[in-house]
Amino acid sequence: MTPKILLPFAGVLAVLGLFYLGLQVDSRELPSPLIDRPAPAFELQSLTEPDRTLTEQDFIGEVALVNVFASWCSSCWAEHSNLVELERRGITIHGLNYRDERPAALRYLRRGGNPYTHIAFDPRGDAGMEWGVYATPETFLLDANGRIRHKHVGPLDAQVIREEFLPRIEQLTAEAAS
Amino acid sequence: MWPELGNFALILALCLAGLQAIIPLVGAQLGHDRLMHAGRSLAMGQLVFLALAYAALTLAFLGNDFSVAYVAQNSNETLPVVYKFTAVWGGHEGSLLLWVFLLACWTVAVAVFSKSLPKEVLARVLAVLGMVGVGFMAFTILTSNPFDRLIPAPPDGSDLNPLLQDPGMIIHPPLLYMGYVGMAVVFAFAIAALIGGRLDAAWARWSRPWTTVAWAFLTLGIGLGSWWAYYELGWGGWWFWDPVENASFLPWLTATALLHSLAVSEKRGGFKVWTLMLAILTFALTILGAFLVRSGVITSVHAFATDPDRGTFILGMLAVTLVGSLSLYAWRAPKVGLGGGFGWFSRESLLLGNNVLLVVACAAVFIGTIYPMALDALNLGKISVGPPYFDAVFMPLMLPLLFLVGVAPSLPWKQGDPMQAVYRLRWPFAIAVVLGAAWPLTVGAWNPLTALALMLVAWILITTGVDIVRRLGRRQGLGARLRGLRPSFLGMHMAHAGLALVAMAIAMVNTYEDERDVRLEAGETATVGGYDFTLLDVDRIRGPNYDATQAEVRVTRDGKMVDTLYPQLRHYDSQPEMPMQQAALNRGLTRDIYVSMGQHVGGGAWTMRLYYKPYMFWMWIGGLLMAFGGFLAAADRRYRLARDRSAVSEQQVRADQPRDFQEAQG
Repeated sequence: MTPKILLPFAGVLAVLGLFYLGLQVDSRELPSPLIDRPAPAFELQSLTEPDRTLTEQDFIGEVALVNVFASWCSSCWAEHSNLVELERRGITIHGLNYRDERPAALRYLRRGGNPYTHIAFDPRGDAGMEWGVYATPETFLLDANGRIRHKHVGPLDAQVIREEFLPRIEQLTAEAAS
Repeated sequence: MWPELGNFALILALCLAGLQAIIPLVGAQLGHDRLMHAGRSLAMGQLVFLALAYAALTLAFLGNDFSVAYVAQNSNETLPVVYKFTAVWGGHEGSLLLWVFLLACWTVAVAVFSKSLPKEVLARVLAVLGMVGVGFMAFTILTSNPFDRLIPAPPDGSDLNPLLQDPGMIIHPPLLYMGYVGMAVVFAFAIAALIGGRLDAAWARWSRPWTTVAWAFLTLGIGLGSWWAYYELGWGGWWFWDPVENASFLPWLTATALLHSLAVSEKRGGFKVWTLMLAILTFALTILGAFLVRSGVITSVHAFATDPDRGTFILGMLAVTLVGSLSLYAWRAPKVGLGGGFGWFSRESLLLGNNVLLVVACAAVFIGTIYPMALDALNLGKISVGPPYFDAVFMPLMLPLLFLVGVAPSLPWKQGDPMQAVYRLRWPFAIAVVLGAAWPLTVGAWNPLTALALMLVAWILITTGVDIVRRLGRRQGLGARLRGLRPSFLGMHMAHAGLALVAMAIAMVNTYEDERDVRLEAGETATVGGYDFTLLDVDRIRGPNYDATQAEVRVTRDGKMVDTLYPQLRHYDSQPEMPMQQAALNRGLTRDIYVSMGQHVGGGAWTMRLYYKPYMFWMWIGGLLMAFGGFLAAADRRYRLARDRSAVSEQQVRADQPRDFQEAQG
């Protein structure tokens, strides 16, 4: 065996090892550090009103979803109509527009509708880092005091909404009212 | 009863594949004729049992047998019958059954059309295909059995994913799998060559048509997928750099490199070791694609329902394939030897350039696809790589490739004369530059990058035309002249012209597409790209298994009627909370007009997305040309002229070899 052939071997083993690790990491798993902690701080421009600065305080006050999205993310399109539907049912949704370009993001909202109350524009992913964003789309559930109570990685399909979100939202809303 | 029979047939096929993986190989090592011949019968038997299993699953769908879990998940009472046939491959388990069934078809095809293969080589090829079959069938039976029962049976099934209820989806997966599975055949040829330590012009000539056909199927499959995404997803896009799309594109890139490298191996006996490497790589990438799509490591709109066990199993297959074939490669490749030398300016050197560009492009797409997962796996945080990355790395690699396409086909092997080439190509070059510079002005504002792309397109089309005319020669009579053109030569130029058309469509649509999101009430008009869209009416209609809101949109240009379009918003009975857009298109030679329905915004008003997409038509035509160029090239007579060697052994062929090589060069 010549040394030259060792190179592809090493490469192949590295890639295979990586895939094996990748399989172990369940990307939908909850990242424990953030659950039940206050929403991390940020200070960003608003996507729709560039003159306005948004902070985490704008997201806090009632039970709300924080949805991380980007116009280049095809899974985001898949869930977008569901977000619009949720908003129509009276659930507050805030957006974190992640590593995106403003015109593209605005076009995205014009096309699919805008279910978001506030949208923070995060072109460099600074806030995304604080919030521990893995990949778009991700959705956080905040209680009325601004604590993160649940997180879902990947698109919100009907089943996820039915099983993971709606019961929790109901419960948190009841807690807040009492 | 049928599902059990299907399951039983599938297990029998696995057993036969296991025998096929061993017996012919042993026969080839011992020089035992009957053992070697067993490969054919085993392949035939495998096909029969897999066809039986496939038929059993189809019957379960047609008979609404919801006690079969897979049927219950992917069909229901109201699903139209045609989709009951296609639902067989609409989910993970069934698509694997289709995969192994197609593998058996290819294997039998190899066994039948292999008269020119010495018996040892055929035995080894069939044995390797048997191993591949064992891997995929074991995967199907152990982790994803489509015949699993669901007790108690539900009264009705859920539904086939509405996205897949579409004619484009009927043929997209089978074509794609034909391509993937064809790459397994190419891989088997490469492994057989390594085991036998024999790779020469004759080997290249055997494997070339198989590679070309597999590549053509893969091209059709990818093209069709893109076509489907274009009108079905309702976003007007045709390629998203989605991990699942990339999974099919990666093997396509290396397969394209392999086609060109095989040309050198056949004609000049060169690039041998490299050809083997590409064949191994291409097959490994098809398995990698299966891993990405079916293991859940990556989230995507396309993803199948996933399960970590499946991921581990496919990863194991990938590991066995790569480590096994690389070990064999390390051990045997030095025996294969190097080919003839060539000068820096020759067809070989340009084909080498083609190979380097394609492999680098493949590496770039690969990195972009797995980088986010890699960082995640190493706990370095997570990032997402979007189209900006892919566009930035992919285009600079493709532009020089397009340039080479115009030069290489007319260059001589071994050593070309740069001055002569410059002299010969000066007029095509000048015309291409002028045409490319002027072309964008016919559509819209001038843009340097678009002009450069169109110059390259014109360059390929003109040099292709010139080369064909040159090859027609000065023979008397058009018939005689046309007969002088070999299918492989024409096929190559067809595929190159197809590539040019695809590049043209991409350049045009990326630069000049126009889209507007408008709010329309009945009677109102909006204008996009010079076309007036008037919303006439909105109706509610009932489809076979969905309710739809259908708009009637009249499209006119300068007051003249163009078409009336009917975009829909469908609510499938199985998931009424998730509306699906069904866009309506008017396709034309120089533009597509595309209307997609948005939401109801109160009163009689709806949001609509209107698109003007120049030259989209040519993207599909280009893809078809590429694929049919491949089929035409594979049909070349020289691949079929080879003598019947099925009774001949390798040693005898080796003795014939010097003459063989002469033929190939002639």
